[in-house]
Amino acid sequence: MTEPSNSKVIVEAEGIVKVLGSAPNEIKVLKGIDLQLQTGELTLMMGPSGSGKTTLLSILGCILSPTEGKLTIAGMKTQNMSKEQLANLRRKHVGFVFQSYNLVPTLSAVENVMLALDLRDINGAGAYDQAAEALEAVGLGHRISAMPSKMSGGEKQRVSIARALAGSPSVILADEPTAALDAKNGMAVMELLAQVAQDTRRAVLAVTHDHRTLQYADRIITIDDGRIAGSERPKISGNAVAVAAH
Amino acid sequence: MELAASATTFAKTRTAPSPRPRQGKRTLPMVVKLAYRNLFHDRLSFFVTVVGIMFSVVLVAVQSGIYLGSANKIAAIIDAAPADLWVVPLGTKSYDDPSFLSGRERYMALSAPGVANSEDMLVSFARWRKPAGGETTVLLIGTAGDSPKALPLNITDGSRAALEAPNTVAIDRSYFNDLGVSRLNDVAELNGTTVKLVAITKRVRSFTTLPFVFVSLEESRRLAGANQDQASYQRVTLLPGADIETVRKEIERRLPDTEVLTQEQFRTRSQDYWLKQTGAGAALDAGKLLGLIVGIVIVAQTLYSSTKDHINEFATLRALGAGAGYIVKVILIQAVLSGLIGYVLGMSLALIAIQAAQDTKLTIIMTTPLAVQLFAITIGMCIFAATSAIIKVVRIDPAVVFSR
Repeated sequence: MTEPSNSKVIVEAEGIVKVLGSAPNEIKVLKGIDLQLQTGELTLMMGPSGSGKTTLLSILGCILSPTEGKLTIAGMKTQNMSKEQLANLRRKHVGFVFQSYNLVPTLSAVENVMLALDLRDINGAGAYDQAAEALEAVGLGHRISAMPSKMSGGEKQRVSIARALAGSPSVILADEPTAALDAKNGMAVMELLAQVAQDTRRAVLAVTHDHRTLQYADRIITIDDGRIAGSERPKISGNAVAVAAH
Repeated sequence: MELAASATTFAKTRTAPSPRPRQGKRTLPMVVKLAYRNLFHDRLSFFVTVVGIMFSVVLVAVQSGIYLGSANKIAAIIDAAPADLWVVPLGTKSYDDPSFLSGRERYMALSAPGVANSEDMLVSFARWRKPAGGETTVLLIGTAGDSPKALPLNITDGSRAALEAPNTVAIDRSYFNDLGVSRLNDVAELNGTTVKLVAITKRVRSFTTLPFVFVSLEESRRLAGANQDQASYQRVTLLPGADIETVRKEIERRLPDTEVLTQEQFRTRSQDYWLKQTGAGAALDAGKLLGLIVGIVIVAQTLYSSTKDHINEFATLRALGAGAGYIVKVILIQAVLSGLIGYVLGMSLALIAIQAAQDTKLTIIMTTPLAVQLFAITIGMCIFAATSAIIKVVRIDPAVVFSR
């Protein structure tokens, strides 16, 4: 499988090292990661617990800063950026899908998406329409006013995906998006992410333990002991699987 | 597969508008919505906050109202008998700290350039003997009946003119019990002289426990044992266009054993004496401070615990790219909303209390400027109380969203 012809590198990590704690109890969680994420691709990141997947995801999402190495997102170098500048970068270019959904329980589905739009300065009636459309697109057009407490895990994760896509960020980072879901909903969510990755302006990276999700990947990265242990591209792309499933 | 179908729909809607026309819905700004939803989410906690603020507002409003009421009560006689300048004996602390001028002041003041008129006013302590027995000290106030500034005001029964007859007095209805009289024409003894009640006032009470007893100027001189030209104060009225400071200095130069004060200076001096020098005001200030502290502690505690309860949501917001300012705004809106609701309820309760105290010995006053000031203080108090919660949210590490 080759890269899509019109894809481009949207995230570039070079020599990423992350040390947690301080001497003598410091732990080197990442030991020099080189990674590129390309638009139009769903990349799955796998590896055993403690291998550094979530730490790498946090660094790629500009939530943690690397101890060493360079990170470029959408052409912007993140070195020497302040906390607020990093927040600004996340707001503009990164969407997150969390394992536990992390929806605001006091807001309805549409309001959760509107909140993400509001952070991107999209507000008012236009924001409502945009959020409702995003929910419709993830199959929740009939549940826009539902509160998270009244939604199933699969529905919550779909709201979370709609929220991640609000404002059209160029990178979607998903942390174990299917871990809290049953098999059926887990596959449906992966299929949705694969569809999201069809957009050639966007890259999707998902951390997963679930081998059943591999069929949706355009690329699979294995990480072990803080290093990339392997990177492969399946013969049938995730997009193709998603389309075929449909 | 249902989700697969929607996934495809999603891919389509990213490139084409929704086929279903959607009407734009006017909504509150999300930051406000998030704040009030967080606030109302835990209703018990919100109830405690509002009750705390309400209690604080009632306490501060009533204490401030008593302070203002006291200040007004102290100055009531000065306000009721206004003058451009007051000639007072040297060292006078308050209008009800009576002593006598020498007697030549009226003519000396009248002879000063720029003076149109000068009127006598006599204030003295006196002993009141109740008809049924027992004595009490009163504050005797005598003014000339032919003056447009003759006291007392607010006469509800009888008349000021009746006071010009010898051995007559006017008192306030609220002093009936203290003075042992209950209607017009009742008699009592004042400094050994039998006097008849010929006028009754409403809400003309002194700040101290000494009841006012109003008499004519001549009667007051006689009862107080003053000479025919003696008085406690001269109330000076200036000619139109006269410079008040020039006239004040001139009278002061001519009368070296007196002080010449403007209306405002005499008011302030009297109020300062009772409210500051006697410590009465300090007690009221302490009450206000206590109210504020109670309010701040309750709001701070509730906002902090609400922030802790919602800390993961704030961390998520931070992870999604919310600036610290956005999250601080949520906390501040919560604080302001709490303050607003607490203020409305607290002020309503305070107004009921003030209304209930209208005809009692306690004078509580609420004015629009005081209400506005209290509103600003309440909101300021809530914003100040939000500090600990703000420090907490500003320090959130968004990385915690991945560790849950």
